[in-house]
Amino acid sequence: LSMPREIPKEDGRPKWDNKFQYILSCIGFAVGLGNVWRFPYLCQIHGGGAFLIPYFIALLFEGIPLLHLELALGQCLRKGSISAWNTISPYLGGVGIASWMVSVLVSLYYNTVLTWVMWYFINSFQEPLPWSTCPLNENRTGLNEECYESTAVNYFWYRKTLNITPDVTESGTLQWWLILCLAACWAIVYLCTIRGIETTGKAIYVTAIFPYLVLTIFLIQGLTLPGATEGLAYLFTPNLNTLKNPRVWLDAATQIFFSLSLAFGGLIAFSSYNPPKNDCEKDAVTVAIVNSVTSLYASIPVFSVLGFKATTAYWDCLNRNIINIINEFDLPEGSIMRQNYTAWMSLLNSSYPEKIAGLKLKNCDLQEFLDQSVSGTGLAFIIFTQAIILMPGSQAWAILFFIMLFSLGLSSMFGNIEGVFTPLLELRVISNSIPKELLSGAICLICFLIALCFTLGSGSYWIDIFDSYAGSVPLLVIAFFEVIGVAYIYKIQRFSKDVKWMTGRKLNLYWHITWRFISPLLLLIVFMAFITLQIQKPPSYAAWNPKYEGFPMKEEKTYPSWVQAICVLLAVLPCVFVPLVALFHLIQQMCRSKDPSFVPPEVFSPQGANN
Amino acid sequence: YVWDANEEYLFKAVVAFAMRRYSSKSTTQISNVLLCNVTDRVSFWFVVTDSSENVSTIPGSEVEAAIRMNRNRINSAFLLSDRTLQFLKITSTLSPPVEPSTPVWLIVFGVVLCLIVAGIVFLIVAGIRQRKKKNKESTKRENLEEKGEVTVAVENGIPCETLDLKAGHVNGVFAADDERFTSL
Repeated sequence: LSMPREIPKEDGRPKWDNKFQYILSCIGFAVGLGNVWRFPYLCQIHGGGAFLIPYFIALLFEGIPLLHLELALGQCLRKGSISAWNTISPYLGGVGIASWMVSVLVSLYYNTVLTWVMWYFINSFQEPLPWSTCPLNENRTGLNEECYESTAVNYFWYRKTLNITPDVTESGTLQWWLILCLAACWAIVYLCTIRGIETTGKAIYVTAIFPYLVLTIFLIQGLTLPGATEGLAYLFTPNLNTLKNPRVWLDAATQIFFSLSLAFGGLIAFSSYNPPKNDCEKDAVTVAIVNSVTSLYASIPVFSVLGFKATTAYWDCLNRNIINIINEFDLPEGSIMRQNYTAWMSLLNSSYPEKIAGLKLKNCDLQEFLDQSVSGTGLAFIIFTQAIILMPGSQAWAILFFIMLFSLGLSSMFGNIEGVFTPLLELRVISNSIPKELLSGAICLICFLIALCFTLGSGSYWIDIFDSYAGSVPLLVIAFFEVIGVAYIYKIQRFSKDVKWMTGRKLNLYWHITWRFISPLLLLIVFMAFITLQIQKPPSYAAWNPKYEGFPMKEEKTYPSWVQAICVLLAVLPCVFVPLVALFHLIQQMCRSKDPSFVPPEVFSPQGANN
Repeated sequence: YVWDANEEYLFKAVVAFAMRRYSSKSTTQISNVLLCNVTDRVSFWFVVTDSSENVSTIPGSEVEAAIRMNRNRINSAFLLSDRTLQFLKITSTLSPPVEPSTPVWLIVFGVVLCLIVAGIVFLIVAGIRQRKKKNKESTKRENLEEKGEVTVAVENGIPCETLDLKAGHVNGVFAADDERFTSL
């Protein structure tokens, strides 16, 4: 039975300067690197415009309900994730601990990605850009062999930046330049989160708004590039046949889920600093829609630039063929142009087929170049950097691009760090004696020291492992238990009364249906499908091995058993807290019930929450 | 530009110049350089004869060496580059990329790091100062509370005792009921 509550008195809890800061922080947390380098890729391989259908269905039935749930929960209970779930029910305390653990693990490797972005950023001030040319080999007779066989951009990424080892088991050495950049990145994170939301609230104005400016600039620039329209047409041409493949629906569901940064505990932390009477429903819908619109908006410049790059590569291919033909047949310069290439080819093929065959001309196909799609770090550090070299004024574009990536990642880091910071602030009884600056400094220092292992030669393989195992499965599990916990353990009637008190409106039927049935069911299906797909193929990775015969293709290797054990550990460790804590409380309850003199504590009700 | 007889003349002159510089004997004349098989592609064969001996051609290796030595002069005479003016069988030596003494990225990194450290120091110092101010204020308020017999009632941010002192004349209508002030 819920009592009407009074507005809790001033409790010294930090709060947002204004509503806009809060919304911007949530948007910044949700909008991250994935919006730029994962969504356009998915759109492309899953039939272009047709992908938007499962994407928006997933948004409607999974994204928005879960987001609203987390924001309402944090605002209602006014506590960080661990304390909040302890308040909902002591048996569910494990959910809070699990999301805290995931936030820690993700913060570790996410900042290393930002380290790479920073490294590229500080290298963008050079003229010419260091990834545009190959260095010479030792005796200055030719280009460096590894660089010559792959491309200069690949060489710069795999050798000069990562100094990657051919195998995940070979750790290599610590790369000192990456350590410097890592220290700088953690220093920036410390600078911005030094006093919790007091400082991130100011920093978010820059880091959340700046990427939109740069995306607009790239949009305008991208649309003026030759070949942009081909790229865009390729991206958005709907191919409705792909919808028959269940993989597409799974990808849409997981993309929405991971894109909104749910189940990290960061959103709960953000909304816990809100005044209690705040319209969380509108906030949730706003944040989700802005996130999706940003994904769409970002894919336009990305694909304009990719189309430009494909077109330029196609033209280069044609030009090389033309030079070969002109040299062979001694035709005057300018006789064969790209426009009349096909006419000339048919003419020459009919009159001199042996000569043409002898030239071994490469078959230039624009579709083939457009098909070379990559997602993730490959898109940003290999493909985009290659496209930037071709643009006039490449330094400026490179600098802008990498600052944009850095801001996108930094605003997501704020959410991750808040997810770690806020529960710690509340858990520790002696938190009042430790100044906030010291706590955030300790967190940043410890994370920096642990993240040093990602600067080893094999670091990027480990980051892939962390991303695939720690940043995927546990989140699904946590979200599932979140929805079940609120809908069935805390009881939806109680929660809807709380939400009505906060927003002033009765809960819509849509929320009732999604929270009670659709979202848990959807999460369960997604989880099962995800696990099944993972188990089907043995976990393998693509290694960059210069000594491989198929170089510059990457070598497919499987993880050795100890690495696979670590993968499983990463996926299971956060999840195991959920049953562990429930079991612990059950045993405690049973022991206490045997003791007749002990009065069982009342179930916590958040109405009187004095925090 | 169009390739015509004048350009051919220039080419002969440049090759003769290259031969003179290489062998440092000034006997090679423009007439020693012979072009043949000129095609529309603008490709041709050329030989350099030696006028001192009886009409024999200078060996190809010498010509190659001469051209390699003066490649950049030949290129700039025609406003072309190694890629656009090709001598078959003469590969160009690659120039090493310019490397500044301190890598540029270190300089930029130093600037960025200095800014960050300055920001951190500033924020920490500001935080310490704010905390000292808060401590001083809370001790001041504690002292004020000790002076007053009852808890300090605050009206518009001014403690009521100072109001009383300032006014010097208590308005009976308002100050009649002490209980109207909620105790904190």
